[in-house]
Order: sequence, then structure tokens, then C-alpha cells
Amino acid sequence: MLEIEDLHVEVGGRRILKGVSLSVLAGYTNVLFGPNGSGKSTLLMTIMGFSGYKVTHGRILFNGEDITQMPVTERAKRGIGIMMQRPPNLVGVSLENLVKVTSKDKALASGAAQGLDMARFLERDVNVGFSGGEIKRSELLQLEAQNPCLYLLDEPESGVDLVSIERVGSKVRELLHGTSCAGRRGRAGKAALVITHTGQILDYIEADRGYVMCNGTVMCSGNPRELLQEISKMGYEECIKCKLKLTTVN
Amino acid sequence: MQAEADHRELKRKAEAAREKKAAFGEDIDLETFRSGSKDLERVKRLAELDEEEKRTLLQAGVLPTEEGRSGSFVLMDESVVHASSKAQGVEVMPLKDALKVHEWLKDYYWKGVSPEADKFTARTYLEGADGYFIHALPGTKVSAPVQTCLMLKGKGVAQSVHNIVIVEEGAELDVMTGCSTSKGVERALHLGISEFYIKKGAKLTFTMIHNWSEQIGVRPRTVIVQEEGSTFINNYVALRPVKSIQTYPTARLEGPGCFARFNSVAIAHPGSELDLGTRAVLSGEGSRCEMISRTIATGGKVIARGQMVGKARNVRGHLECRGLILGEGGVQIAIPELEAYVPDLEMTHEAAVGKIAQDQVEYLMARGLSEEEAVGIIVRGFLEVGIRGLPENLKREIDATMERTDMRAI
Ligand SMILES: Nc1ncnc2c1ncn2[C@@H]1O[C@H](COP(=O)(O)OP(=O)(O)O)[C@@H](O)[C@H]1O
Ligand SMILES: [Mg+2]
Repeated sequence: MLEIEDLHVEVGGRRILKGVSLSVLAGYTNVLFGPNGSGKSTLLMTIMGFSGYKVTHGRILFNGEDITQMPVTERAKRGIGIMMQRPPNLVGVSLENLVKVTSKDKALASGAAQGLDMARFLERDVNVGFSGGEIKRSELLQLEAQNPCLYLLDEPESGVDLVSIERVGSKVRELLHGTSCAGRRGRAGKAALVITHTGQILDYIEADRGYVMCNGTVMCSGNPRELLQEISKMGYEECIKCKLKLTTVN
Repeated sequence: MQAEADHRELKRKAEAAREKKAAFGEDIDLETFRSGSKDLERVKRLAELDEEEKRTLLQAGVLPTEEGRSGSFVLMDESVVHASSKAQGVEVMPLKDALKVHEWLKDYYWKGVSPEADKFTARTYLEGADGYFIHALPGTKVSAPVQTCLMLKGKGVAQSVHNIVIVEEGAELDVMTGCSTSKGVERALHLGISEFYIKKGAKLTFTMIHNWSEQIGVRPRTVIVQEEGSTFINNYVALRPVKSIQTYPTARLEGPGCFARFNSVAIAHPGSELDLGTRAVLSGEGSRCEMISRTIATGGKVIARGQMVGKARNVRGHLECRGLILGEGGVQIAIPELEAYVPDLEMTHEAAVGKIAQDQVEYLMARGLSEEEAVGIIVRGFLEVGIRGLPENLKREIDATMERTDMRAI
């Protein structure tokens, strides 16, 4: 579904991604680990097509189509949806209004808001004065309304308190896997690329493949749980020295 | 015969000010305009107006059905076409009639605005202009607004208007004024004197919707005099093309504990020049003032002025003006001014001008909206902040006006 080929990206004149390659198959949930500042968010923002992320080399393919130069709207229409780590404030735009225009289905919007305990936020301006957890829930609400095929989730668990993590985790699970049980997801399911710094989200979702990003490149890939164990045990420093060698670099 | 002596004195001053240029705004040659007709026929109900006239009213937020209004007043050119009140304790009548009925009204007539301020006030004085008189008796509280419409009908007309609103002690009143131009009127001028008096503990919410057209010049002159503990809420909306507007309503918060808020939203289309100021002079102890302005230049020019003058202890004020430039050719000039004449007060301002934030637009595009849709939503939100905090019913009116105006040029 998603293929990244040798992607080089500059932000503000600085080279941030230096040859990233990875892929996400339809129905798969892949996770991206990596220390702060390694370029994980940059990769997601580039896949979505935000300006300021300049692709100097390489390609992004979505369902076989080269979308590297495509406007943001077109990518969204083809089925890519993002949960941003730091979305902007939309002063004067209510969350309700935004969810309505994205979903075109009011019933769905209000039901989803209930599920995320966001009903009382619908009147509020999008992201203005939201706590970390509220931002995540608001992003999930918008994504549910949008209903994409490929979810790009940037640290869904970070800054979320213990009560909300359950809500956020279950919702992510529901969005990615639907109600069908693990192992049966197959081609019908949604695909996802999920950034996690701590790996906490793995308690809630079935991840198929993991990648570790360091300093703008993917160092290794493999079974996400095994990768997480190694990272927890050794820390990212060891990972940078990168002798994990669980599998070869993709 | 003090009144006559007063009149002679004012007349002399007005005569002397016939050529006096205004402090702000492009000069306008008054000789090239004729007076508006003063003898158009009156109607008992607005429903009796013709369809075209009704449409013109509606565009400025004035309902021809008069439903949900506690009174209505319509001026076309210089003729009062309708004046009525449905609410107990609220008088709505032509100012000239009111001056005959209420001997005391001379104590308010031209006491806020002075005839010699500039050529526009002078002309209005010398014309003996008519307009609305709206009077809320002490303690009267009406929730439904009194609606008024000032309409330009004749080509090449200079419409002079003089309005007085008095809200007596403890009363609460909403007034909506829609200004509008009939179809086919190209070049014309509107001169409007407004004097508002808000007595002890009283509240006036005044909403002005400017819905002029491309070749219209507009020079309103407004002064608000506030007594102890009174509240004034001013909402100004100008979303349609116009040639030139220059206005600088001034609230005089004279009593202690007064509050005034000015909300303004405006769009300067190509060819429009909007010189929009708001001024508050706070001379009553502990008085407060807020000014919020949201303007968009889509090719035209906006000058957003704001002035707060603090002359008493414990005065507080905040002035916030933001201007967006959309597309090429637009100009935004923000001029906030704060003046403090005593130490124990606090007044602040923030001003920002620039283009729409790209990250916000793209955030919405990432939800599948087109760039145009995304810009539309953000611009609506931007303007929305300018009218926030209004009573719900008024907000709905303004929203509806914005909807009708739509964002064609954006
Ligand atoms: N707008 C920007 N201008 C300059 N540098 C940036 C910008 N955004 C991100 N960076 C830099 O790019 C690097 C990668 O950032 P990011 O992708 O956010 O990392 P991660 O998500 O892995 O923590 C960091 O060094 C960061 O400072
Ligand atoms: Mg990040």
C-alpha cells in the first residue's frame, strides 16, 4: 500500500532524512521506533505532503501511484490520514464544525465523540487550550470522521494520562483492526504506520513489523515486540551502534 | 430663549466648518452631491414595501416581517418611511418629531458630536438632518432588538442622518442598524451622526451592519456617553465592497465602573478603503474597555485604528487587532494607541498583520478539504472571533449576514 524508496528530505535547509526506505502492506500495522530528533515525525509529515518538507531524492508510492509531488488534499482523498504530534490551533473553528465537514455524517461524528469522551469538546476551538491527551483524542475523532485507508499516527500515547491511554489505545485498535480478531485482518483491514517512542501503544494494537530510525535513516527492522525488548533493555544508544541485527536493514 | 441662542451659535460654527477636512480619510467634495429626497411615502408596515426594497433591507439584516423585533425604523435617502415600536417602554420615532414632543431632548441634541468637527458634521447640522430617536424608559428591558435601516436610493445623493439613542437608568436595549444601497445606485454618500446616551446602570448593545456598494462613500460620526456602571457593546460588520468608509466612534466612559466593548469585522475588497477606528476615553474610576478587530484585505486597504485614553484610577483596557492579507494588492495598517494620564491603570494592546497560516490550511487539507475550503473555514473562524461573546440571537443574525454575503472574493 505504502512504499518509501530511498527518501531524502530537507527541512529549513537542513538534511533530516537521509535515505529512508520502508513499506506498509495493505492490512498491516507497522511501527516506527527511534530516539527524539531522529526524523520520525519528519517522515510522516513528508508522506502527508506538508510544505516545508522538501524531498530532494527518492519516491513515495501509494497503491502503486507516485504521490511524491501530490498536493495534501489529493493524498487525503486517496485515503491517507494523519494524527499529528503537534497540530496547529484553529482559532474560531469549532471541533464540531471540523468533524462535520470532514465526515459529512453528523450521527457518526457525535457517536465517535461520545466514544472518545470528547462530546463536551465539540464546541471548543480545535486544539486551543487542549491538553496532550485531549489533542490525541481530538485527532482520533477527526480521523474517525475522515475514515482513511492508511493511518499515520505520530506518538498516539505520548502526553496522555493513564485514564485516557485506555481510551486512546482502544480507539486506535478499533480504527485499525475493526472488530475482526487478530490474524484475520488481512487485506480488508486498514493499514497503519505508527510512531512510538516508548512502545506503550503496542499493548493495544497488533503490530506486524517494526522499524528503528536513527539520525535520519532506518537502522533495522523486524518483529516489533523483539525490537521493543531490545530497545527497552539496551536503550537507543546501543541501537545506534546498531548491532541488533535481528534482520537486515530493509 | 437660550435654545435659539445656542442654535445661532452652533449654526455660526457649522458655517465656518463647511470646508473643514476630516482628521482622517480621503477628502470628499460635498458640492458634487445633491440632498436626498425628503418626501417619500410612509408605510404602516415594512411588509408593504416593494420586493426590491425588502430584499435590500434583508441584506442588511433588517427583517421586512418585523418578526422578533421590538421596533422598526426605515430611512430612505432623507425620508423617514417607517417608525414603530412594539415594546412597552421603548419609543421609536423620527428625531424631528421627537424634538417637538420632548422639550428636554434639546439637552442631548448635538451634545455628543459637535457640528464644527468637520465638513460632514457641519453639513448634517446645516441640513437639519432627520434620523431615528430610540428611547428606552427607566428600567425597561427588552430582549428583542429594535431594527433600523438607513438606505441609499437615489443616484448622486448625499444622505445626511442624525440619530439619537437614549437608554435610561437601569434599562437594557438592543439596536441593530443595517445600512444598505438600492440596486442601481452607483455613486452616493452617507453621512451619519449618532449620539448614544447610556444612563446609570443601563446597557446598550448596538450592532451595525454596513452593506453598501462599490461606489459609496461613508462618513459616520458617533459618540457614546456613558454614565456610572453602564455597559456599551458595539458590533460592527462590513463585509461587502464599498468605496470608502472612515469612521471613529468614540465612547466616553464618564461615570465610574463603566464597561465598553467594540467588536469589528470587516473585509476590504479591491477598490475599497476602510479606515476603521474605535476610541474610548475612560475618565470614570474602575472603568473597563475591550476592543477586538478582525479585518481582511482581499485587494483593498484597511486602516485599523484603536485608541484608549485612561484618565482615572483602576482603569483597565485591552485592544486586539488582527489583519489578514489574502492574495495580492491588499494593504493592512494597524495603529493601536494607548494613552495613560494616571499611574494606577493598566492598558494593553496586541496587533498582528500578515497572511493566513499555511500550517492551518494544510492541516485541514490533510482531512480531505480542498485548499479553497480550508481557507474559507479558517477565514470564517478568524472573523468569528471578532463577534464572539455576543448574545446568541444577534450572533445568528450576523452569521446569517455573513452567509448571505458569502466569501465570493476570498
Ligand atoms: N521546521 C524545522 N526546521 C528545522 N529543523 C527541524 C524542523 N522540524 C524538525 N527539525 C529537526 O529535524 C530533526 C528531526 O525532527 P523530528 O522529525 O521531529 O524527529 P522525531 O519525530 O523523531 O523526534 C530534529 O533535529 C529537529 O530539530
Ligand atoms: Mg516526533
